Amino acid sequence: MAGQPSAASPPAESTSHGLRVVLAWLILSAVATPLVAIYVGPLIPPGNASTQATEQVFDNTWMLAVITPVICFLVVFFAYALLSFRAAPGGVVDGPPLRNDSRVQVLWMIATGLIVLFLAGFGTYELLQNGAGGGQGPDPIAVPSGQKLQVQVIGQQWQFTYRYPSLGGLESNQLVLPAHTYIELNVTSLDAVHSFWAYELGVKADANPGVNNVAYVQTKDPTTFHVRCAELCGLWHPYMFNNGRVVDTSQFQKWATQQEHLYASIKPFMDKSESDGGAPYSKTYFPQPDRRAG
Amino acid sequence: MRVGVKLLLVAVAVMAAGVVIGFYVSNLTTLAGSPTYSVPVHNVDGHKVVNLELQTVAAVGPKLSPNPDWVSYLIKDQSGQWKRETVWDLPAHATVHVTIYNFDGASGLRNPYLARPQGMVGNRIMVDGKPTDAIDPNDASHTFAVPALGLILAIPGVADDAKNPCGYAPCAMSNAHRTIKFTFHTTTPGHFRWQCFVPCAAGWVYGFGGPMQTIGYMDGFLNVKA
Amino acid sequence: MSETAVAGPRTPWWRRPIGFNLLTGIVLGIAGWYVGWFGAHAISAESLEYFGDTDYNELSVYLAYLGGVIGFLVGLGFLNYPIARLRGYPPSLREKETHGWTRYFGLCTDHKVVGIQYLWGIGLFFFIGGLNAMLIRTEQLSPHSQSFPMGTYLTLVGMHGTMMMGMMTSGILGPFANYFVPIMIGARRMAFPRIEALTFWILMAAGGVLTTTIFFGGFPTGWTGYAPLQTQANPGMDNYILFFALVGVSMTLLGLNMIATILTMRAPGLTWTRLPIFVWGVLSTAVLMVLAAPVLIAVLAMGALDRTAQTSFFNAAAGGSNYLYQNLFWVFGHPEVYILALPGFAIVLELLPVFSRKPLWGYRLAVAGLLGVSLLSWFVWQHHLFVSGINGDLRPFYMLSTELISIPTGFTFLCGMMTLWRGRIRYSVPMLFCLAWFFNFLIGGLSGVFLSDVPSDVTTHGSFFSMAHFHYTIMGGLVFTFFAAIYYWVPKMTGWELHEGLAKIHFWTMFIFFNSTFAPLLAAGFLGQSRRAPVYTGNLKFLNDWVSISAYLLGISMLIFLFNLVWSLAFVKKPAEANPWASRSIEFQLPSPVPVHNFDRIPVFSSDPYGYGEGPAPSYVVPAGAPAGRD
Repeated sequence: MAGQPSAASPPAESTSHGLRVVLAWLILSAVATPLVAIYVGPLIPPGNASTQATEQVFDNTWMLAVITPVICFLVVFFAYALLSFRAAPGGVVDGPPLRNDSRVQVLWMIATGLIVLFLAGFGTYELLQNGAGGGQGPDPIAVPSGQKLQVQVIGQQWQFTYRYPSLGGLESNQLVLPAHTYIELNVTSLDAVHSFWAYELGVKADANPGVNNVAYVQTKDPTTFHVRCAELCGLWHPYMFNNGRVVDTSQFQKWATQQEHLYASIKPFMDKSESDGGAPYSKTYFPQPDRRAG
Repeated sequence: MRVGVKLLLVAVAVMAAGVVIGFYVSNLTTLAGSPTYSVPVHNVDGHKVVNLELQTVAAVGPKLSPNPDWVSYLIKDQSGQWKRETVWDLPAHATVHVTIYNFDGASGLRNPYLARPQGMVGNRIMVDGKPTDAIDPNDASHTFAVPALGLILAIPGVADDAKNPCGYAPCAMSNAHRTIKFTFHTTTPGHFRWQCFVPCAAGWVYGFGGPMQTIGYMDGFLNVKA
Repeated sequence: MSETAVAGPRTPWWRRPIGFNLLTGIVLGIAGWYVGWFGAHAISAESLEYFGDTDYNELSVYLAYLGGVIGFLVGLGFLNYPIARLRGYPPSLREKETHGWTRYFGLCTDHKVVGIQYLWGIGLFFFIGGLNAMLIRTEQLSPHSQSFPMGTYLTLVGMHGTMMMGMMTSGILGPFANYFVPIMIGARRMAFPRIEALTFWILMAAGGVLTTTIFFGGFPTGWTGYAPLQTQANPGMDNYILFFALVGVSMTLLGLNMIATILTMRAPGLTWTRLPIFVWGVLSTAVLMVLAAPVLIAVLAMGALDRTAQTSFFNAAAGGSNYLYQNLFWVFGHPEVYILALPGFAIVLELLPVFSRKPLWGYRLAVAGLLGVSLLSWFVWQHHLFVSGINGDLRPFYMLSTELISIPTGFTFLCGMMTLWRGRIRYSVPMLFCLAWFFNFLIGGLSGVFLSDVPSDVTTHGSFFSMAHFHYTIMGGLVFTFFAAIYYWVPKMTGWELHEGLAKIHFWTMFIFFNSTFAPLLAAGFLGQSRRAPVYTGNLKFLNDWVSISAYLLGISMLIFLFNLVWSLAFVKKPAEANPWASRSIEFQLPSPVPVHNFDRIPVFSSDPYGYGEGPAPSYVVPAGAPAGRD
């Protein structure tokens, strides 16, 4: 097979080449796909800290499982072709003038079409359940049912702050969430475009000025998670992170009380109207000043 | 062309390229940066104590910067000179006493929440000798914030009709100013960036261009070293 | 013919550079720059301090560089012909085509000269962009900012991306399509020779505009230039805006020229089904260029107006929207990346038959694949905006359309793979680069499948996974085929061979270190490292150090290539055979280098150039008595 000079080849030889490739591919896929799905899949980030993160891992595992046979096929094909069909040393010899085979074309089109449609359909299904942690804009279509705790994420150059309308519009520079709760994150910005990325929770939603970008996440057990900005927003974009915590409900209440203490002195200023320089809780803000005075 | 001549040309080209690249890289490492200032450390009863004296000015002036109209922070060094350096070496596990003299007028905070001082001892600052736990956000002239340490405070501005406002930096105590004092603690070593949150820069839209986005003016680092 | 002083044996050496050439262009360019600068200051009456203008006289930056570019083009002589025609001189198509080595440093209407100019010009800016990449990786060695101040780092990232995207869009069309498309279709020139030269010099002027951005403070937005940040940035942002606008003009004209040439100047007998697949690839790319680049120019014009005239296209507080910028940019941006990828497909499909000694398998399917990618690339752009708050109804549609585009891409894979099947494969250096394309583009394409899936994209958008994906498709796809084309065609273009041993070393080091650089970044992205940020969590330090060292070694492999180029073309100068690859394509039936008028007589085509194994008859014939062919 490998390295043998060949003249015009009889049809039987071509069938055996093809059969060998298909057989090798079937065996390799049959071995690799379950191994990948079972052992590699669960290792894929972002992990299990929230329902959405778990869904993403599930989605990624399925995609990996579908893609593994594709990779196996290409690996087998190229390894076989590049080794078996080497030119013999010596003068340049032409190969057989094969220009087309409509069966192969049709088979390929059907196979790639099916894979693509399956992946698109599967992804859509996952997405429409509850948004998979991504920002859906001001009118989300994938809304999970039940009670949701509203938390607003305000991006500004260059820090995230958080407001809790259920705690009287309290603003804080720490993100603390109660465990086992569905959270509705309302992400907005005061200036440039930022992106709120809570890595372990599997949440990412761009913060746009004047727009409320909604994302849903259901927390699980208490944990800490990294929050960072995922959209270039100027000088300190790389340092625009603060870390958040998921704590159980009693701890959350304690934290809320402590923050309300801290917030109390600035609350009278915040509650003034926007034209007076205040910032009462709202889904979007158009803060002044727009340019430096003088 | 003879081989020798070609070799010479290639050698010249390579050296020229090397020189250009060298200039490029060395310029880039210093462009829009700031020299580091090591703040002197005192030992008080076995604790490390550091005093930071800063001033914020409305226009930095041609002697201190190629952009004379930019706002800036300045730090006072041991000889009493005011320097435009915003990267400071501080010791870890130390107490830092900060005094800020503000010579600039107010322009208002985009997010009024940041006028609530937090992260320093007592969660309050002294403004002109009086302890305060909230500044009027409309009165904010600049902020000093180290987000990674949770330190935020707003600095109130000089009144618009104040007598003897400061022109170009460095400003003298005889110019109209506000005095802010507070104390915070450094803990673990690391690089902590600090910034101002008031849009006090020139330029249209959001006022966050220019000095607000350039280290050496309204942004810098605290290099906390063990 | 030429209006300038012709250098002859009696012309003293100091008189020779006088005339319309690069030197004059640079001198007039600098003069034009100052005219623009001072003119703008006079209009807006700001101070004359060069870099101390705190109120950012944006207008002066724009007018200065526009003046510079116009001066540069005037100095090169682009106004000479229009003025001559206005004065009543008869039309002429040829300028300075036989003037020796100086014709490479000015306006020359020989498409082959323009091709070689493009190769060196793009090569220069490719290396500058590559240098920026090395500096970026140096900064990434540590999890916090250490080598460069933050603002400078962001400018480096922006310059690297912008330089590469702006220059490499013409990476294959510029050098190789300009040189070989007329030859492959049996013509003696492009449809618009002067516009062809213009596209090159505009691109060079644009490169000058971008490299000087550091003198104006750089720009903090990265190559995408997102809107509200763009509006508040330093004057260096204007360099970016002008650079891309000029690149857009160059792209539009280049695409127009290609389309006009391919449509109207094919030799007799060259029907659409006999066209080399490379020409089909160029055509599908050119259509995208002509349609997408104007959108870029429009969105940049809006950005420039926001910055100078204080309009509020993108300012939400005044009624505008940052989504407007993002959508317009990506309507250009997505076809742009197919402008980068399609020539790569075309090169692979063109070279594989030569080195497998078999016809191109599934010719019509390959053409359908190229045109299909071209068409579908208009329907996928919102996949860059999945989590930015676009209407939720849009996301399943764009997920589907993005997944669908992998079907025509798959046709290219199928045709390439079946061309290899049962062939007689020779592993020459161009073939090695084409085979590497399959490996790289597979990884790039599959990572794209993950990115196109919205739930997966929630974690990987804006992370290093996305960055590794496009480096695999663009660098692994386009740049590898760029080198394949160089090794394949440079012997024909110059008449000298490139040293094969060094070429193989270049290939293997580039392939190994390219993968060693970008494969770990796929992991880094999934592990949460954000793009354009030299700050990352400590557990990723080992990965980043590995990547940085690999990147340095990748840079060294490029130096090996450069050494080979200079060594083989300037010192060794071993004459190349006319047809070193035993190709049946028409350009290899001509002498090396190709003579000025390409063909003695215009050929007549009777088949496509892929008749390997079908007998010795060539795909074209020069009938005796055929007309010598009009210019």
